[in-house]
Amino acid sequence: MTRYILKRVVLALLTLWLVTAVVFFTTHVLPGNVGLRILGPFAERDAINALNEELGMNRPIITQYLDWIGTTLHGDLGQSILYDEPVSKILWPALVYSTKLASMAFLICVPLSILGGVVAALKRGKLVDRVITVGSLSAAMIPEFVWGVIFVLVFGVELRWLPVSGLADDGAGPLNQALHLLMPSLCLVLVLFGYIARITRAGVIEALDSDYTRTAILKGMSQRQVIWKHVLRNALLPTIAVVASQITYLIGGLVAIELIFNYPGFGSLLLGSVTYRDYPTLQAAVLITGTIIVTVQLLADILFSVLNPRIRQGISS
Amino acid sequence: MNQIAKDERTKIRRERLTLLRRNKAFIFGSILLGTWIVCAIFGDLVAPKNPEFIDLLAVDIRPSSTYFFGTDSLGRDVFSRVIVGARPILIMAFGATVIGTICGTTIGLIAGYYKGMIDSIVMRLVDALSAMPVIVFALLAVAALEKPSNLMTMIIIGIVFTPIIARTVRAAVLGESELDYVAAAKLRTEKVPHILAVEILPNVLPPIIVEFTVRLGYAVFAIATLSFLGAGVETGSPNWGSQVAEHYSLIYGGVWWSTLFPAAAIASLAVGVNLIADGLVEVFDL
Repeated sequence: MTRYILKRVVLALLTLWLVTAVVFFTTHVLPGNVGLRILGPFAERDAINALNEELGMNRPIITQYLDWIGTTLHGDLGQSILYDEPVSKILWPALVYSTKLASMAFLICVPLSILGGVVAALKRGKLVDRVITVGSLSAAMIPEFVWGVIFVLVFGVELRWLPVSGLADDGAGPLNQALHLLMPSLCLVLVLFGYIARITRAGVIEALDSDYTRTAILKGMSQRQVIWKHVLRNALLPTIAVVASQITYLIGGLVAIELIFNYPGFGSLLLGSVTYRDYPTLQAAVLITGTIIVTVQLLADILFSVLNPRIRQGISS
Repeated sequence: MNQIAKDERTKIRRERLTLLRRNKAFIFGSILLGTWIVCAIFGDLVAPKNPEFIDLLAVDIRPSSTYFFGTDSLGRDVFSRVIVGARPILIMAFGATVIGTICGTTIGLIAGYYKGMIDSIVMRLVDALSAMPVIVFALLAVAALEKPSNLMTMIIIGIVFTPIIARTVRAAVLGESELDYVAAAKLRTEKVPHILAVEILPNVLPPIIVEFTVRLGYAVFAIATLSFLGAGVETGSPNWGSQVAEHYSLIYGGVWWSTLFPAAAIASLAVGVNLIADGLVEVFDL
């Protein structure tokens, strides 16, 4: 058990190191003069050279990388070129905003998709099953911004049921805030629902077909009891892993959704840093993305091992 | 290969085709994708009006019998722009998926056959890339380039797909390389490239084909999103994602057509590809 967790932690650190390398070398090795990209094509040659000098772009690439890693590890994410403030200072509020939106999406999505998966599995092969599996995966392939546009049009403009901005006015109560976040969260839910439902369905079907379920039924347990005590307990293990992996899609989705609903979160910050070539902010934002994802997946792995008796007792599966 | 084995293969292929023809979702998906492919190839001939023609006297006109999908804020015909807009997204999505499939299959074959070091490296790369949303990675790379380029965006998405496809192929190869026909080929002292390309590859084609279709769907997703975000896609030619981005602020004022139709086009393409993938998964029994 401890060995398993240690191995996972080492792998997570290795992944994180690879992420730093990807972040750094993508922005530094791809063709293009950093000073020129920041100042634009009409800048003076001298100004470009001076900026490159100031940013330390003329030093060997490995030195730059080690320096960057060093300062980042000390918690110094650099200075934003766009806002002229420390990156950490603008990153934090954006992360808080996005966490609110993401939590809302997860709170709606996880119970709903598990329910969907269980229903599909119990009605295997019937129309309900086809509609849930094929329908929800098709919905997941439609980009979030397309859902955003459709939702705004239907529920915001035509029916006027929901506010079209993700952010409530200052001083609004939590319920009002949640109402503003409902439409953006639903767009994210549609993209996440399909995978979680499909994995839950597969897990439930496997559990339903197993010997222990048959024994439980033959023993005379009621269907409800069999499903709660035997089927769900075994079926939900793989679901934990897939819920954690959805965090990747969720963060990717935030960029477009926050743009549509005018929400000042992490995705907006990331997009802004790309549009205005604010490299320190961009690097920090991508690095934070990687860190969050690796951490969540590590926690899910650990939770999975704690809940799974086969790993807990050190039996390799 | 002897005659009996050949006959067996043709038989299996025929059976799969029959199954596909009976799969309603697959047929519907093929019709959707097929329609857009026709638009992408013959778009200029199919479009009833010049998609680039600006008519400031016919701005934001509702859908009518003259303008099926209405006109946009510059008086351009939305219907024609949607038809012509199929080309960039399809070229880029197919291009990115082909790049990813070729590179991923090669790496997956090698990793699954040799196992050991190469295998561990591939798996770590998969881990690292799965810690990075495609969109975020593409944005990072796009920001590093001096100007948006369709070709570079295609290559970047292809690179992101490579380890994912490599993982699928590797898993399939791991199972195959234990089988007798591979051992027989080794005993015949066949060269490794021959064993990989001629012996193993044909037997792992089904998962590769399915993975290709699934990735194609993700490529459509990623490219549409990137063009909506205004990153990594050349401006100028009509493009569904950019059309939505340019006009969606008008929907609050009731002008919905210049946004909804290109958005629906993206949705129908994405759903079409997904239905095809779903049908293939069922028929190949994966």
